Amino acid sequence: MATETMNVTFDADGYLADHNEWNEDLARELAREEGIEELTDMHWKVINFMRKDYIENGAVPTIRRLKKAGGIPTKELYSLFPDGPAKKAARIAGLPKPKGCV
Amino acid sequence: MAENEKIKKVSIIISKGSLEGVYPGLIMANGARMEGIETMVFFTFFGLDAIVKKRMNKLKVATVGNPAMHIPTLIGALPGMSAFATSMMKKEMEKLDIPPVDEFIEMIHDAGAKLYACKATVEMFHLAKDDFTEEVDDIINVGTFYELSAGAQIIFT
Repeated sequence: MATETMNVTFDADGYLADHNEWNEDLARELAREEGIEELTDMHWKVINFMRKDYIENGAVPTIRRLKKAGGIPTKELYSLFPDGPAKKAARIAGLPKPKGCV
Repeated sequence: MAENEKIKKVSIIISKGSLEGVYPGLIMANGARMEGIETMVFFTFFGLDAIVKKRMNKLKVATVGNPAMHIPTLIGALPGMSAFATSMMKKEMEKLDIPPVDEFIEMIHDAGAKLYACKATVEMFHLAKDDFTEEVDDIINVGTFYELSAGAQIIFT
């Protein structure tokens, strides 16, 4: 994987061990690993909100919170990050694996 | 199914109409979509209340006949006990960001899950399409349920 050469550490689940090591190039690389070839403005809106919310509240936002506080419609979230939006978006945003059930 | 093979499709049946009877199925359905699993939910018998517009947000916790409530049945039967337990549980769920039923149904629908009402129950309770929330895809019979569930793990709740 390309991320192996980027000199950052991942946890056992494959998520960035320290979110401070995150940068936009890394996000693009992680997105490609998740099958997302190009990050659009909408992708960045999700990623930036997730990072801001995580840094402010210490928890990866839920899909409900992404909608209510982040203004990202659930349908759109699923089309931006197919097959597992919360986990994929968190990984690309350099955050830990989401822990909640919703 | 081969060992360790990823689950690709689930078909969840919600047959009970109490708050604690409905939520597990909804959480499982939403969680399945979050994992990228193709999901359908089939509401049958009292489970239909979860998708009937005028009832879906009025579901109550059953405080009688439920030993895990840890209150004696006769106390559980007192007026207001069910409303009290329901309000407590809803508060706890809100803390976990688990939405009210109508919002949860919308969320699961927007996540791409298919929602179906059981035809036999719809007829038995004299309900019509208009009684259901708009997220419901169709009213189907058991045969269609099995056809649509082809290749799915079926979960009965």
